[in-house]
Amino acid sequence: MRLRGLIHKEFYQILRDPSSIAIAFLLPVVLLLVFGYGVSLDAEHVPVALVVEQPDADTAGFTGGFEQSRYFQPVVMRDMHEAEQALMSRRVSAVVHLRADFARRLRQPGGAPVQVIVNGVDANTGRLILGYIQGVWQKWLARRALETGETLGAPVRLESRVWFNSELRSRNFLVPGLIAIIMTLIGALLTALVMAREWERGTMEALMVTPVTMREVLVGKLVPYFLLGMGGMALSVAMGVWLFGVPLRGSLWVLFGAAALFLLAALGMGLLISTVAKNQFVAGQVAIITTFLPAFILSGFIFDIGSMPPVVQWLTYLLAARYFVAMLQTIFLAGDVWSVIWPNALALAVMAAFFLGVSRRKLRKRLE
Amino acid sequence: MLPRILALMIKEFLALLKDKRSRTVVFVPPILQLLVFGYAATFDLNRIPFAVYNEDPGPASRDLVARFAGSPNFREVAVLAHQKQISPLVDTKRVLLVLHIGPTFSRDLFGGRSAPVQVILDGRNSNTAAVLLSYVNTIMTGFNLGWQERAGGATAQARLETRAWFNPNLVSRWFIVPGIVGLLTLVVTTLVTALSVAREREQGTFDQLLVTPFRPGEILLGKALPGFIIGLFEATLIILLAVLWFQIPLRGSLLTLYAGLLCFLLSTVGMGLMISSLAVTQQQGLLGAFLFLVPCIILSGFATPIANMPDWVQQITYLDPLRYFLIILRGVFLQGTPFHLLADQFWPMALIGVVNLLLAGYLFRHRLY
Repeated sequence: MRLRGLIHKEFYQILRDPSSIAIAFLLPVVLLLVFGYGVSLDAEHVPVALVVEQPDADTAGFTGGFEQSRYFQPVVMRDMHEAEQALMSRRVSAVVHLRADFARRLRQPGGAPVQVIVNGVDANTGRLILGYIQGVWQKWLARRALETGETLGAPVRLESRVWFNSELRSRNFLVPGLIAIIMTLIGALLTALVMAREWERGTMEALMVTPVTMREVLVGKLVPYFLLGMGGMALSVAMGVWLFGVPLRGSLWVLFGAAALFLLAALGMGLLISTVAKNQFVAGQVAIITTFLPAFILSGFIFDIGSMPPVVQWLTYLLAARYFVAMLQTIFLAGDVWSVIWPNALALAVMAAFFLGVSRRKLRKRLE
Repeated sequence: MLPRILALMIKEFLALLKDKRSRTVVFVPPILQLLVFGYAATFDLNRIPFAVYNEDPGPASRDLVARFAGSPNFREVAVLAHQKQISPLVDTKRVLLVLHIGPTFSRDLFGGRSAPVQVILDGRNSNTAAVLLSYVNTIMTGFNLGWQERAGGATAQARLETRAWFNPNLVSRWFIVPGIVGLLTLVVTTLVTALSVAREREQGTFDQLLVTPFRPGEILLGKALPGFIIGLFEATLIILLAVLWFQIPLRGSLLTLYAGLLCFLLSTVGMGLMISSLAVTQQQGLLGAFLFLVPCIILSGFATPIANMPDWVQQITYLDPLRYFLIILRGVFLQGTPFHLLADQFWPMALIGVVNLLLAGYLFRHRLY
């Protein structure tokens, strides 16, 4: 009964300052739109300079592969100086250089060298572009071998199968990760200020003289924001599936079970920040520092955790988002793989219990 | 006028730094985050766990497997004896790649026929899969060349000689760490400015400030300068760490870099103050800070290239001050780009800053609730 009163009051507070509702519903829409369209690692139509010193039938055969590829947007140039300038000023990302003696050396033992320069500033894209160029080159080799009737150019043929995401659409793995990031923000933002606000305005003292227990205060804060957060989650999943066409291969109840556990952990962290800081300004600063960037960089959402140095890998275990990202990527793309879901769910449950337990302990009916 | 602004600045610094927790939050995390993120944020993969399912008893397949096991990018964790073992290993993420060599591999190769090799990749992270595929391709190409030479057959008629400019080993850290300089500078200045006006409004002290003889311009400067100074100080610290600790080459001129930094600070302080003066409560200020920070970082090209975005999103990125600063940072650090080639990047940031500061100054007086 008392609890109902507290929850009631919290709901009124949410309705009075619409920023909480904005956090739960506006934030996911804006962020998913920005992220979903803005974040892509698929390089297409890469501007590449083709420097052909002496165009003839042989060079045309080689450069034809670039014109047909959807990965490239070739620009033909006549001399290397121009191409280097273009590379320097970032107008092209790579240069493919066929020297004047290309046709002649093609028929000599040793073959013709083709010089390839990529702009290495963005190392990841640089490596992808090199891979695409190799692909064009290998196709060309195979075609030449067929034309000249020789035995096949490459003795070993690679057949690659990509499971769970056969077209390597980066959106399919980014959108589930994004939902985790967005939920991190929602969880922390919703609760980071609520306790601090009561302390700062002195209403916490008013609460203390009432018969409500501190456990009830905590639950009263948790329930409304939990419901708001789950609403935000439902909205994000709906957008991910219907707007961005991400396959959902696992079951809905597992997905929302995972989300509920994660939300408890995230809200618990927000409550803890708020309880300890007792000051909205500091609580807000801590929330900015501890939520978005760590979740963005350390959760495995975009950077592979397995490739980080061991010390940094240990740090990632402290992050709730890490477990949630792993679960979401698996539930969306691979299905209900219990051996992935159980350990991660357990970790989240432990974190939620820890944050809420510590908040409960720190929250005493006592003034300093 | 000057002593009045000075007085306001001192008050702002006190409000920010007198609280021990607030002091810690502003100074310690950015440095820690640079260290952690500098190591964490890399697209390079190493020691990727993979499994081998080799049905071929011959020497050629052993040679191929040895090439994988010997690469620093890969780590062999399982040898499979049956097709059925593949799926559980991949599903549970114990391996990201399975190398499957058929029973006739050596026989085909020695018989001069083309031999297929199957590679199964976990596509849950498509970027990791694409990068892995490029590593696999490199190993395969090496194996093929070696085999052709040994077999004495016709060598390839054209060969690629590849080089990467500005970052010869394609180390992603060189790309990411200069980006983190921009990222953390953005976060710090937002942290200092986004809640500053909102707090005074919520506590009612802003009304008091408005009835003093201070002109709005002076209040604006008093609020803006502390963020500016703290941002400048921390950015310098982070640049020093990037160069001395992470050994990122700094090839261009410091003058260009700092010209960019000043313009960038102007724009972020302006944005932060604008958000802050729009907000009535700190909760709204915090929401505004995130609604600004997150898209700003995502659309800046920090982790994913702007060129990959659809056209209409690319148009939006022109409003993002971090976009320009990242181009300057990476240009100056890695390419040593001279000032005149970067000229187009400076004025948009300055413009964003001035417009937002003017807006903030206007909102000071016109947003009373």
